[in-house]
Amino acid sequence: MEVPILKQRNYLIASVQAVLTDQDLVTLRDRLVAQVGRYRSVGVILDVTGLDVMDSFSVRTLRDMAHMIRLRGADTVIVGIQPEVAFSMVQLGLSLEGVPTALDLEEGLAYLDARPKRTSVGPPAGSR
Amino acid sequence: MNRPVNPPQSGSATEGKLDDKAVIPIRTVMDIVTARQHGRELALQSGFSETESTLIATIISELARNIVLYAQTGEIVLGKANGSENQHGVIIISRDNGPGIPDVQRALVGGYSTSGGLGLGLCGVRRMVDEFYIDTGTDKGTTVTAKKWLQ
Amino acid sequence: MADNKGKGRDRTLQPEMSGNVGSPNDESHAEVLRELVAHLRQNRTQLREVWASRIMSARFLTAMTNEEIMAEASSVYDNYLGALETGSIEALEAYARDLSERIIPRGVETHEVVGIVLLLRDVLARSLFAKYGQNQQLLTRVLDAYEPAANRIATTVAVGFVQERERIIRQQQEAIRELSTPVLAVRERLLILPIIGILDPQRARQLTEQLLRGIRVNRARVVVMDLTGVPAVDAAVANHLVQTVEAARLVGADVIVTGLAPELAQTLVTIGVDLGKMATVGDLQGGIEEAEKLLGYKVMPITEKNNE
Repeated sequence: MEVPILKQRNYLIASVQAVLTDQDLVTLRDRLVAQVGRYRSVGVILDVTGLDVMDSFSVRTLRDMAHMIRLRGADTVIVGIQPEVAFSMVQLGLSLEGVPTALDLEEGLAYLDARPKRTSVGPPAGSR
Repeated sequence: MNRPVNPPQSGSATEGKLDDKAVIPIRTVMDIVTARQHGRELALQSGFSETESTLIATIISELARNIVLYAQTGEIVLGKANGSENQHGVIIISRDNGPGIPDVQRALVGGYSTSGGLGLGLCGVRRMVDEFYIDTGTDKGTTVTAKKWLQ
Repeated sequence: MADNKGKGRDRTLQPEMSGNVGSPNDESHAEVLRELVAHLRQNRTQLREVWASRIMSARFLTAMTNEEIMAEASSVYDNYLGALETGSIEALEAYARDLSERIIPRGVETHEVVGIVLLLRDVLARSLFAKYGQNQQLLTRVLDAYEPAANRIATTVAVGFVQERERIIRQQQEAIRELSTPVLAVRERLLILPIIGILDPQRARQLTEQLLRGIRVNRARVVVMDLTGVPAVDAAVANHLVQTVEAARLVGADVIVTGLAPELAQTLVTIGVDLGKMATVGDLQGGIEEAEKLLGYKVMPITEKNNE
């Protein structure tokens, strides 16, 4: 199922509503990376509230995604990790090290807004 | 779902009764989702908290993914279980006819991080359950049996 | 004089039972049970009195007043007869749970509950002896029907009571654990988690769950976790503290650890924690200031001459 990706200012916001298979997650990753390039976004918020489980595959894919997005000059912040999911992740030793996290969309936006401004690669793409 | 289960190879893994067992064939990544959702339901029904049920679902996800990655097909068996000392909880059996795990000891001692890229996560799984058995070989595939009790 | 709070029964009691006097079977048991239940129901008032007075002389239920004992005695009596009659213990189980829930907070103990049920069994048995004792064969049939039923009732009530007790104890323990690990919302976005006392794995786990919930509810961005009150920690719990910090981060809050005693710091290092990665500050006060800085607050001192 396709996860909707929204543009807000020069950020991209993707909200996972339901359970994702491995394939869905990889597709989402690739779409986000592509769109960061297309729209010259400087930040990506991935809301994973709907993810029931984060196992080694999801963690690896999300870390890869953040890395790939970084290479395109944008920051990623992951929001909405549920307490039970966070608990399971640390118990199983799964770490999202190096990827910023925040409570929810609002906090994610605040995080991105608070970063020091950096020169963007080109003029921001047209508004929404 | 009450289909008959072939008993796993190792004797001690079958100690205790098995009620309400479900067998979930694992062939594609979609089946990983099915298995873990079923596992979470079973855990909640058995009396585990939300947090513990998510943990159990995550463990099932890891085991099911190992099947897909290394053996292409296999099955996950889930059920309620009782222990030899009257504990109550769930049993998870992951079974495949794949190539077996070459260096089981190393896989089990891995340390806390599973980010090594192999996706095995067996050492993490082992730490989070109360009983853990693994039977593997090139001729017999891999069977992992894990039991978790209510506290 | 017989109190027929009759469930509409109007049986004539016969001292001699007609029908076969052969070996007992289920149906004949049922028939016998119906007869003796009718007898016990007819003599309800009197038997209940006898029972209540035996309860008091055995000094059971001293936590309750005489009126309360009589009231409960009536309910127990009726439920007892109902269970004898129908053979179904579901209603009895439900009643036993309900009764237990009411009397446990009053301080009634297991031996009292078992005691009064056994007394009732005895009082009713004596009544049956009195009625059917003339005829040996008849008495045997009556007891064959009565005893297993009465014993099952006693077991059901006792087990129900014990289970309810255990449930309440677990609830209380849970409440105590929650009280002992409070999560304090001090300012917007800032939580303080003072940990006091020995941390066992179960408490540590509960602490994590409470903290994560607290972060979401209070929308906290920073948590100051103070370990001043933690005397000693083994490797397992130290590891758990580390996991708590990491889990909090995943949910969206940074954790500042304060009050880390040198021994505790040593344990953490021993288990492989990179203290450089964990934000630590000497004491709680310093931790709060650090947190406020992180949140962008500036604390202004209040001058003494402010008198508006």
